[in-house]
Amino acid sequence: MSLVIENVAKTFGDHAALDGVSLEARQGEFLALLGPSGSGKTTLLRVLAGLERPDQGTVRFGGEDLLTMDARARRIGMVFQHYALFRHMSVAQNIAFGLEVRPASTRPSRTQISARVESLLALVQLEGLGGRYPAQLSGGQRQRVALARALAIEPRMLLLDEPFGALDAKVRRDLRGWLRRIHDETGLTTIFVTHDQEEALDLADRVAILRNGRLEQVDTPQRIYEAPASAFVFDFVGEGVQLPGDVADGMLIVEGWRTPAPADAAPGPVMMSFRGVDTDLLPPHAEGLPARKISVLQRGGSSRATCEVGGRTLVLEVPQSLAGLGFEVRVAPRTYLLHPR
Amino acid sequence: MSRALSLAVAAKARKPWRKDSVLPGFPLALGITLTWLSLIFLLPLSALLLRPWELGLSGFWTVVTDPRVIAALRISFGAAALAATINAGLGLLIAWVLSRYAFPGRRFVDALVDLPFALPTAVAGIALTAIYAPNGPLGAPLAELGIRIAYTPLGILLALIFVGLPFVVRTVQPVLEDLDREVEEAARTLGATPRQTAWRVVLPALAPALLTGVGLAFARAAGEYGSVIFIAGNMPLRSEIAPLLIVIKLEQFDYAGAAAVGLAMLALSFTGLLLLNSLQGALARRGRA
Repeated sequence: MSLVIENVAKTFGDHAALDGVSLEARQGEFLALLGPSGSGKTTLLRVLAGLERPDQGTVRFGGEDLLTMDARARRIGMVFQHYALFRHMSVAQNIAFGLEVRPASTRPSRTQISARVESLLALVQLEGLGGRYPAQLSGGQRQRVALARALAIEPRMLLLDEPFGALDAKVRRDLRGWLRRIHDETGLTTIFVTHDQEEALDLADRVAILRNGRLEQVDTPQRIYEAPASAFVFDFVGEGVQLPGDVADGMLIVEGWRTPAPADAAPGPVMMSFRGVDTDLLPPHAEGLPARKISVLQRGGSSRATCEVGGRTLVLEVPQSLAGLGFEVRVAPRTYLLHPR
Repeated sequence: MSRALSLAVAAKARKPWRKDSVLPGFPLALGITLTWLSLIFLLPLSALLLRPWELGLSGFWTVVTDPRVIAALRISFGAAALAATINAGLGLLIAWVLSRYAFPGRRFVDALVDLPFALPTAVAGIALTAIYAPNGPLGAPLAELGIRIAYTPLGILLALIFVGLPFVVRTVQPVLEDLDREVEEAARTLGATPRQTAWRVVLPALAPALLTGVGLAFARAAGEYGSVIFIAGNMPLRSEIAPLLIVIKLEQFDYAGAAAVGLAMLALSFTGLLLLNSLQGALARRGRA
């Protein structure tokens, strides 16, 4: 069942949280909603869960109109940012909740429920902890209980709001791989919200980047990284530098450096974006952007130089032979992107 | 250095009941606490504990088994328990409305809830009597329906509900306001109806605070005097409360008899509060580890 979101808008007061978002997710896809805080990604997730009603637009799932259904009837599992576990219930009771509240006609028997709880505890690797209370668990364990609870209702789609937001870096990395495995095992269409670009690019099949309630780009992680659709996307997904420049008479002029412009570059003011990994450090008299070397850090066999280019900071790898260069240097990006300014 | 450390460890080992605290001056704080409690709490209480025995054990027994005393105790504690139970529901509802809905005049209503705290209880009693007396604005139509409130046990109940209400509202309201809305949303996405969410998710989270409030309302109502005596009619065996009986005995210079009734009230209140508090403690411990 595929998810089709069309032209969804939601306004809170005079703030447009979502401003005409259209997006599709295929059956079984792992989709990340990436954006800075306030970009509308959590609002979009809440619209899908049925916790927020959009002002306009349609959301269809497997041909069904989701917006006419109450959150209760959608069978969409949601994992909340702060887990929202029921504190007065044990782990097993938390997981069983979605089954216990079903009407008597569709409610599984007591033994079926406890068997399901056991198998979910095994899935999230919390065997034997069913009798504990949420307060007795670590953050990572609570996260997994929240996931097991959402999976218990046999959801048709899984939504995760900043699933790793409140965890430390090590637990985060472990859970990341684990979540991807759970997704692949269950085959559920999964949508997760994050503000961490590394997480989104590592984990998702496709990444949707939101900014001020609008979609900037929806693409595979590789495409997002290699061909960002806008200067914003470039800036958001990786370390890099953006400098204003101009294209005129087939030449690109940035910070006084003139270089032949790409054939498809339209004349006019542009923003040139490039990353440190695609940039060479050159001696002061070579062709390139004027830069100042601020520091060099020896790490393993190579050195990393921190340079200042046009007032921005750029970190790039330096071969051993050039580590001795002085204060004034040049840098030249091997590849760069131009977006209209 | 290591000597100082081992001394500190030894000191800690000697006082296992003393936990590390960020607040300084533990001996001083403990000293003041105990002195204060002794002066304003234990001293009067011990007087109450000692006084009745002037009558001897059998004399004490005669006083507290007097049908008039038993009836008064039953009315005081029965009405207090009933009023606390009614306040549990009513207070929960008011706390819910005040914390969950924004309506014009909400702040005004919110302030109104505290009024029974501030109002002299006699004023409340007189006001309630004026309204519910058979010739009062509410009492007259009710009397036509055959319902008499003033000068009956029903009047006592009404006064006790009035004085106990803010205790429940003020203990439940902050907990309700702090309750994470995401938890209710989680219940909803898991398929729970609003009723199931209220019963299985919200109410259990409120239960410890609600019990505390009910306990306070009960204790306050059991000892209530000022608001009740005006509306109760004070008919012995029927609408006479225990605190009034104590005053009557005092006016007859029967100090030991008054203390005996006081001691019986103390024992009953203490038992009731102990039960409520242990239940409350058990509920609050659940899920806290």
